[in-house]
Amino acid sequence: MSTRLFKVWRGDKSGGQLVDYKVDVQEGMVVLDAIHQIQREQAHDLACRWNCKAAKCGSCSAEVNGKPALMCKTRLDDFAEDHSITVQPMKAFPIIRDLVTDVSWNYTVNKKIPPFTPKPDTTWLMQQRDVDRSQEFRKCIECFLCQNVCHVLREHDLEDNFFGPRFLVRVASLEMHPLDSLDRTALLKNEGGIGLCNITKCCTEVCPEEIHITDNAIIPMKERVVDKYYDPIRIALRVLTGGGK
Amino acid sequence: MSDSTAVLDRKGLGATSRHDTWWLSPLLIFLGLVAFGIYSTWAAWQGKFYLDTVHGADYLSPFYSPDVRSLLGINVPFSYAFLILWIPLGFRATCYYYRKSYYRAFFLSPVACAVGEPAGRKYKGESAFPFILQNIHRYFWYLATIVVAFLWYDAIRAFFFAGKNGHLHFGVGVGTLIMLFNVIALTGFSFGCNSLRHLVGGKLDCFSCSATARTRYKLWGGVTILNLRHMEWAWVSLFSVGFTDLYIRLCAMGIWHDVRIIH
Repeated sequence: MSTRLFKVWRGDKSGGQLVDYKVDVQEGMVVLDAIHQIQREQAHDLACRWNCKAAKCGSCSAEVNGKPALMCKTRLDDFAEDHSITVQPMKAFPIIRDLVTDVSWNYTVNKKIPPFTPKPDTTWLMQQRDVDRSQEFRKCIECFLCQNVCHVLREHDLEDNFFGPRFLVRVASLEMHPLDSLDRTALLKNEGGIGLCNITKCCTEVCPEEIHITDNAIIPMKERVVDKYYDPIRIALRVLTGGGK
Repeated sequence: MSDSTAVLDRKGLGATSRHDTWWLSPLLIFLGLVAFGIYSTWAAWQGKFYLDTVHGADYLSPFYSPDVRSLLGINVPFSYAFLILWIPLGFRATCYYYRKSYYRAFFLSPVACAVGEPAGRKYKGESAFPFILQNIHRYFWYLATIVVAFLWYDAIRAFFFAGKNGHLHFGVGVGTLIMLFNVIALTGFSFGCNSLRHLVGGKLDCFSCSATARTRYKLWGGVTILNLRHMEWAWVSLFSVGFTDLYIRLCAMGIWHDVRIIH
């Protein structure tokens, strides 16, 4: 057993600061264990959202030493023993209290996306290879770390113009579904603001489910937008043939 | 979503709570791309020592292939490399991997994940000029593929050496292997392209709905394998194309002598 220094952000929307806590740590502990220990022994009013402790519910998103991460999946032995560990709430979302942020904006965005819409008289038979891509995206646990790290939202506050990686992934899962009948390309280009993404892959780097957000979802969607709006030959062919989706 | 407080509100270049060496990767990328940019501009500017014909070899620098002067029957008052290099330059500049690299290393947008950007910039990403032009990447792929085809011709041609009687015979020199490695690296990079991945099959919603779709699924799978290592292919091919030019240049200048492995 050893003692480690934690600097935990305490406060609410009116202001806050990093508060030091010394925690006795044991082998195998994760950051969420330490936060719980602080709650139990030193700060009973420390607010923290959590649920499964198994990296499956997406509740305990925070920034550990400045990096967006799930607290339950971040081991203490990943950090040098003689260094303190800083735990802060997600920067891109409004603070409620301590480590808890208001992520409700995401649910507002979600409502803007037309849901799965099968063709009339669909035969509900699919090959595995046809749903592999969508199934990768269905691994998303909605921890919103990708939204938090995306500089379009985090640095530029363009929430009104951009869905963020999580919802570009959701659109991709619908667009690539073999039985879906809608075309959401215009939504991606306009309301979704996919052109604002400059594919710097931070979303992919922080995804705890290791979804290839940029390569498998955002870039393919950007290419579909190119097909429809920027590729002159394809546009000409579409005009000549009267083709749709 | 901007009413978070205190340390959380810090913005501006380099503002971060990260403790790691987040600056190292963009710095290395910056240095790597600047070094290549300087060398390739210098090499293209030279307009000489791009073809090594010593001891019957026929090693043509990738910066000068194809020889458009001969192909098109034109002459220009400057190094003809500039007639070619805009194609690979455009292909790499609009490549999704390189975009990530230079947005981070040159435009600091962002310099690293969860690190602040220069304050006061109006961000439009790739939704407005000039970066909206990145959307023509697929057209650079079409052109770059033609260049790669010529480089394959050059690499195969490098297996044949002129004898004293002028007849060609099979042989292998170190230069041959360097040119072969280079074209393999460039092929791996070009055929792992994200736009190609979309065009060959990624655009389909159903991979099993027709015989054509099933074939395209296989092609998509092949491109995907290369695409998984697109970054590695990008750097290896960038290094190899510069090194190939340097090797041929040194041989052509007589500073270095190509070692013949099979005569």
